[in-house]
Amino acid sequence: MSDQREQRVLDALEQARRRQPKFTAPRIDMSHGAGGKATHKLIEGLLLPALDNPALAPLSDAALLPFGDAQFALTTDSFVVRPLVFPGGSIGELAVNGTVNDLAVSGATPLGLSVALIIEEGLETEVLTYQVETMASAANQAAVSIVTGDTKVVERDKGDGLYIITTGVGVGDPEVSLSAASVRPGDKILCSGTLGDHGAAILIARGDLELEAEVRSDTQPLTSLVKALKDSAGPGLRFMRDPTRGGVGTVLNELARDSGFGVALWEEKLPVQDVVHGACEILGIDPLYVANEGKLLAVVAPETADSALEALRNSKGGEEASIIGEVREEPARMVLMHTQFGGTRMIDMLVGDPLPRIC
Amino acid sequence: MKYVDEFRNAEIARAVAAEIAALTDPHRHYKIMEVCGGHTHTIYRHGIKDLLPDQIELVHGPGCPVCVLPMGRVDEGIEIAERPEVIFTCFGDMMRVPGSKGNLLEVKAQGADIRMVYSPLDALRIARDNPDREVVFYAIGFETTAPSTALTLQRAKKEGIENISVFCNHVTIVPPVRALLDSPDLRLDAFIGPGHVSTVIGCRPYEFMPKDYGKPCVVAGFEPLDLLQSILMLMRQLDEGRCEVENQYGRVVLWEGNLQALKSMAEVFELRPYFEWRGLGFIAQSALKISPAYAAFDAELRYSTPGVRVADPKACQCGEVLKGVLKPHECRVFGTACTPDHPLGALMVSSEGACAAYYNFGRKSFQKVGARE
Repeated sequence: MSDQREQRVLDALEQARRRQPKFTAPRIDMSHGAGGKATHKLIEGLLLPALDNPALAPLSDAALLPFGDAQFALTTDSFVVRPLVFPGGSIGELAVNGTVNDLAVSGATPLGLSVALIIEEGLETEVLTYQVETMASAANQAAVSIVTGDTKVVERDKGDGLYIITTGVGVGDPEVSLSAASVRPGDKILCSGTLGDHGAAILIARGDLELEAEVRSDTQPLTSLVKALKDSAGPGLRFMRDPTRGGVGTVLNELARDSGFGVALWEEKLPVQDVVHGACEILGIDPLYVANEGKLLAVVAPETADSALEALRNSKGGEEASIIGEVREEPARMVLMHTQFGGTRMIDMLVGDPLPRIC
Repeated sequence: MKYVDEFRNAEIARAVAAEIAALTDPHRHYKIMEVCGGHTHTIYRHGIKDLLPDQIELVHGPGCPVCVLPMGRVDEGIEIAERPEVIFTCFGDMMRVPGSKGNLLEVKAQGADIRMVYSPLDALRIARDNPDREVVFYAIGFETTAPSTALTLQRAKKEGIENISVFCNHVTIVPPVRALLDSPDLRLDAFIGPGHVSTVIGCRPYEFMPKDYGKPCVVAGFEPLDLLQSILMLMRQLDEGRCEVENQYGRVVLWEGNLQALKSMAEVFELRPYFEWRGLGFIAQSALKISPAYAAFDAELRYSTPGVRVADPKACQCGEVLKGVLKPHECRVFGTACTPDHPLGALMVSSEGACAAYYNFGRKSFQKVGARE
């Protein structure tokens, strides 16, 4: 009796999950920027209905635009991180890598980037020069040029020193077709390295928490890791994402929802640095929802999983790669984790989020 | 990670689970209440229910400080936060607790200066850094967090910092448990006692549970093995016909508690004659207010809060869930009108709330969950 009732409730929830979200908040609050459920509602309930078109609809990291026989990939990202420099990186580096990575995980080769700078009155020139230099060197490392840009200056107290917006255009690879729709039960889920390093580094660098720990942001271009995956998995490569804001937990929920299949994770296989794990335990947050800026999540066919894993591990920045889970028929449209302790729990999209801005 | 992984060892867990199963009478139904919201969170986060026999039912108790806060107290906090001279500080999980006209996150978006802190000492630092503003700390929590509020006010007094005050919503754990035990609609077999509260108050205050009500109680830690071991200890008591208070969390909890913390609390707080609990109604001597010696730091006096009562939304069944009478999914608005992104009741907000824990971690069709590999 009680079981039936529980099932009815679960079915009702499942129905609700399928419905197009409505955006009902009277004002934007910080949770709308956190990358979890509220952000999804903003995008799918307000932006998507107004702007609806076939290239936007998949809401992937980069839009694919057909042009003759070719496909162009287009993506944009804004960066409002504070502090501007943090262990392991800076806002300039992040702005370049973030956009390069959105192109890379869409299977595209970057052609060029644009950069818009929103500078707060009073910013020291030295700070700006440093950020522009880090952008140049990040672009150089990713083998892409910054080919156009814009600058604006806003009054004091109207910005946190510097905001950066980057847009990237790339050319798609006709050999790869990546989408949640090509994912099949049995496929393996690969993660290229430790979770949550960027988010944890920023939280600690802000100093609000008076935690002291050596955590460095993982910001880096993913181009070489993506190439290693493409070369090793070939057509067995089904889906790739760059788990930034919202973390791996959010990306896997999107995968489960868009593919219609279930995702199973093994907690003991999740690569997490001890120091990040410790900080997360203290703060009561889950590394699965903490941002990464140099990691990729890939779904590959089971027969190519081992060679893909090895290829990642042999590439710089992929040494800690791990197969963290697999795609299953059931429970459909859900992410389920087998805990290290021997139980199971579901992983939902993040709700709310008290974390400060991190990218 | 050291000192954590040891308490999450699957092999030991299986062994303890097997011992629990061996002690379980297949013809009996066991109802064990975990009083503390932190335990509820651990149970769902690690999937502990999957390791227990079907006969053992875990009932979630009233030990989530955010969840038991009546709506009127949330509204009064919001009114203080809206004052232009005020910097309002609170713990992160307060931000989304619904008042009758919105939550703190929405008030912040409308321009109020609301800052999330991890400790009341952060509020004191903000007061020191902003001498021309009034800093208010929204204090919540059981005896676990009350000492840190007490310490903060002691320090403020010593340093002569006057622009800080506390809106005190600290509550005590024993009176609601007693109220539950007196409630006729709930039949429980045993209690998992709250670990963090007990680091402060010790184990002695629970002695009335076996003595007056014949219910065993084991004070438990917060790692999954702690909980499993506590359940085993309770099952042993039930099996052997013993009935006493035991301390599983000996690595942290002293039988007498933390005398220094209790002393600080006694100086800064006094018992309220009665306090409203969400879902449980008014309970005598169940909450703390700022003592006369610290009245200058009492936000209730400084801002003359009127002490309004606001009824919960009609559809909301938080009270029944808090008392363990209903399971979260049995509430009529669970998952429909009340979800973590649009909570009607506080149980859906805090990560320690039974409804949020069930919604976020536990919501799965068990028969559909495949084997490990």
